[in-house]
Amino acid sequence: MNNNSQASWQEEAQRVAFGIRKQVLELTIERNGCYLSQALSSAEILATLYTKVMNLGPSIAPMLPPPYEGVPGPDIPAGSGGLYHGEHAPHLDRFLISPAHYAVAIYAALVEVGRMDRAGLKQFNIDGYSVEMIGAEHSPGFELTTGSFGQAVSQAGGIAMGRRLKGHTGRTFVFMSDGELEEGQTWEAVQALAFYKMDSVIVYVDVNGQQVDGLTKDIMNIEPINSRLLGFGATVSVVDGHDVDALAKAADEGEPGKPHFVLCYTDTAKGIPLLEERKPKLHYVRFKDEAEMAIYQKFLDEMSFETMEVA
Amino acid sequence: MEICNNVHSTNLVEFAKDRPELVVFSGDLTGSTEISLFRDTYPDRFFSLGMAEQNMLSWAGGLAREGYVPYLHTFAVFMYRRPYDQLAMSVAYPNQKVRLVGFLPGIMTPGGVTHQAIEDLAVLRGMPNMTILEVGDATDIESVLDIAHPIDGPVYIRMLRKTVPRLFPATERMVFNQARILSQGTDLTLISTGICTEESMRATEILKRKGVSITHLHVSTIKPFSDPTVLEALTKPKYGVITMENHNIIGGVGTAVAEMMAENGIGKKLYRIGIPDTWAHGAEARYLMREYGLDAIAIVRKVEEILGTEFGISEDDLTAVRLEEAFSLSVEQLEAL
Repeated sequence: MNNNSQASWQEEAQRVAFGIRKQVLELTIERNGCYLSQALSSAEILATLYTKVMNLGPSIAPMLPPPYEGVPGPDIPAGSGGLYHGEHAPHLDRFLISPAHYAVAIYAALVEVGRMDRAGLKQFNIDGYSVEMIGAEHSPGFELTTGSFGQAVSQAGGIAMGRRLKGHTGRTFVFMSDGELEEGQTWEAVQALAFYKMDSVIVYVDVNGQQVDGLTKDIMNIEPINSRLLGFGATVSVVDGHDVDALAKAADEGEPGKPHFVLCYTDTAKGIPLLEERKPKLHYVRFKDEAEMAIYQKFLDEMSFETMEVA
Repeated sequence: MEICNNVHSTNLVEFAKDRPELVVFSGDLTGSTEISLFRDTYPDRFFSLGMAEQNMLSWAGGLAREGYVPYLHTFAVFMYRRPYDQLAMSVAYPNQKVRLVGFLPGIMTPGGVTHQAIEDLAVLRGMPNMTILEVGDATDIESVLDIAHPIDGPVYIRMLRKTVPRLFPATERMVFNQARILSQGTDLTLISTGICTEESMRATEILKRKGVSITHLHVSTIKPFSDPTVLEALTKPKYGVITMENHNIIGGVGTAVAEMMAENGIGKKLYRIGIPDTWAHGAEARYLMREYGLDAIAIVRKVEEILGTEFGISEDDLTAVRLEEAFSLSVEQLEAL
């Protein structure tokens, strides 16, 4: 009974995570290059948020993303990519994506949870479409323009403040990457979130320990993240970012009057062990030659949810 | 000439009365940007964002997306220089209705180079979606919010505080993208903005007595820069056009005028008076205006140079034109910097 329904959301989340990995690997091979490792590290985070944690309305965007329509202005509303996360309503949650370099993982997640047509992913990084490589707020799933890091958490603060002024009960979720913790603005934002007691803001951080030049610990150390955030006045949950149970439970571990951060420790090669040898240079995966590509193609062909080791 | 005090302070409170969507952000300069009265009158609509401008700009962008109209108050320089990327990506790109009320523009502050917004127009004119306004007197201050508030997108205002002159009748309010015509003449056209208009008025008054015929326009809408009144004034003068602004001569109003002249094939000489492409230093505004040539005598000398004449106008002559009032800037109080 209860066990069955519990098993079903977990299996659903894991299926979504598997689908994100498979689709992004397929795209990486097809285009010979993609932000693959980000999809591998964040797959369960996104899957759990979309399928279990957040209370979003149904998508009100076209299943097949429209071509790029132009910049926000009098005739083009801002944040149109956010329509994939449903209408804005007082009781509903909001989902704001911070690291735009995770765009492909977001698009794949939208496909897996039925918010975007699978054909939409084929528009990825094709000139003239909105399904851009580093998304902006016209790209599916994006409500903000966040390719310059550290700005989404501050904007989430403003959005959550506006919602509080209007008496909304819905929460405001932010997905961010650990590299963004190097930006000074992130800490200004945490300071202000704590000062204004923004307990409706819940931030999931993909702590995959990787940035463009290598491992964060070698490029610019951000640890100890937990105590730094606590010191700034947030509450913190630390979880295995591939454990859907832990990811789901962490959403409710905050305290009244404090912003809540969920630090999701993840593996940039999760689900595709072949990538282990390329660590730590995994920011953007491009294959060396056809032989290597063939190895990954074979891996893709054999990928199946049933035989995959999950969580 | 009437001298007014703290015009923005009371005007903002009155303006906000029936506009519940209007909220105010302070960057830890509440007294220095005349919003103490707003804070005390509408405490629920006043938000202290501290000394953290990057967060303040992005936070404002987020709040604007929820239908509020945040009026950010800090010194002009802190509105764009440190948080430029946040202004661009969190506010201007998504075309949010955020109002940037920037005080002490140009060399109005003894705070020195860190406090002096001398290239704000250059960088913000290049920022798509941005509207830029600048006030030159009490009447401008009283009417600038009426213009800024309904604009669908971000607005940057070069604001004046404390003691300001009333150069224009209180009933003749600022009009969007329409210059004020202060005098008509055929020898030269003078385009001035902000505090330079008061200086210009003193200079043109005495030059007129010397027989120089000047068209003088006060411009308060700096972006867009497409006012037909300005264009017409540029086509008329026999000896050329002078611009005068409290900004680097590169990238500000002088540059906007140059672009308008070039694009319209107006083949006249252009003389730009402004901060001569240099950083400044900390000193009283009047001292700096003299040092960098932003005062009335600087215009007189420029006109003499253009016309190849010496009028024998002295400092004392210009002082006499001060319309029996102490020059407004000289009583500027040194506040928190």
